[in-house]
Amino acid sequence: MNESTLTIDAQDVHLSYGQTPALRGVSLICRTGESVALMGPSGSGKSSLLHCLAGVLRPDGGQLTVAGARLDTLSERARSQLRLSRLGMVFQFGNLIPELTLLENVMLPLQLLGERAVAARPRALALLGRLQVAEVSTRLAGEVSGGEAQRAAVARALVHEPAVLFADEPTGALDTASADRVLDSLLGLARETGSTVVLVTHENRIAAHCDRLLSIRDGVMVAHDAVTG
Amino acid sequence: MSTSQALLALLEVEPAHGYTLKHRYDKRFAGATPIAFGQVYAALSRFEQQGLASVSEVESGSHPERKRYEITPDGVTRIDEWVASAERPTLYSASALYAKVSVALMSGRPADKVLERQRDVHMVRMRQLTEQRRTASVAGLLAITFELNHLDADLRWIDEAGQQLGQLRSDTGSTR
Repeated sequence: MNESTLTIDAQDVHLSYGQTPALRGVSLICRTGESVALMGPSGSGKSSLLHCLAGVLRPDGGQLTVAGARLDTLSERARSQLRLSRLGMVFQFGNLIPELTLLENVMLPLQLLGERAVAARPRALALLGRLQVAEVSTRLAGEVSGGEAQRAAVARALVHEPAVLFADEPTGALDTASADRVLDSLLGLARETGSTVVLVTHENRIAAHCDRLLSIRDGVMVAHDAVTG
Repeated sequence: MSTSQALLALLEVEPAHGYTLKHRYDKRFAGATPIAFGQVYAALSRFEQQGLASVSEVESGSHPERKRYEITPDGVTRIDEWVASAERPTLYSASALYAKVSVALMSGRPADKVLERQRDVHMVRMRQLTEQRRTASVAGLLAITFELNHLDADLRWIDEAGQQLGQLRSDTGSTR
């Protein structure tokens, strides 16, 4: 496979918390633009793997290349810069700043990257419109419904068109219909921007939205769909 | 779902020839498995014998004779009773997958492979339905979410069974 088509290339990744191993030699690749569901029971290592892939944690061993950068050797500062510019994250509970409006939350990544408010505002607003929450864009994040907040969180994660969007149980707090809408929006927009999506979930119905499925247990990859095409 | 009752219920909506009825059934109920013409004509013949439907029109000409069927009052009563009655919960023993896993455990065959293969097939179908859901009509959505939820329940059982295989082996007397 042409390496330029790979956005994630992890080889024999290890991670321990003290004496407790969390990842025991995990290898995986993700092609540019594909969506991958990462499944596993509680304590299987799926969130640890996600945090390594997203540059939040540095693995103890192995090689890890994400969006063209070697995360296993980058400094903390360089990993932070990569997260800001090339990666996006969505969590189960949105993690928006409650004192800011939805619009201000979505503008934030662009402003941190040096874009002026006058340019960031229409981009953020357009994305909120695509996610059908433009009408509540001036409301504080702490005052909107869970579904609205989560759609704004998706907008915030995608507004800078990241190479990879990481989502950790992004619809865990939503009912099925809201979850379907959020996922349709998330994956549809990611497809348009060519972003690779890695989505952690323990729900099969959520995983079924993705192109490919990976399963992890006890820190080891136990099954996965082959990369095709 | 009872195929016969579903066919009769479609006649209640509108009288139909066997050919039309087959296509209406496939569109509404069949999902990935269309009903055979023979099954439709056999059901219509049975409805007629049982007084649940009658022939309202016979078209003859260059083509083979075509009968148009309509539901009778007894047929409507049959549908009333069917819709009003709850389905008997399906027993584990009636599930082909449960039976396969049990046989695999009893005979020392790899039960985990049975589960894995079924999981893959279920996930493929789940992906298809998830994709279809995006453009489905309201009626189509009803059928899709019905199937999705059943697949989801199966997958939960597959996952739990996979985690409990050691205990299941000892319960069923497998030596492997």
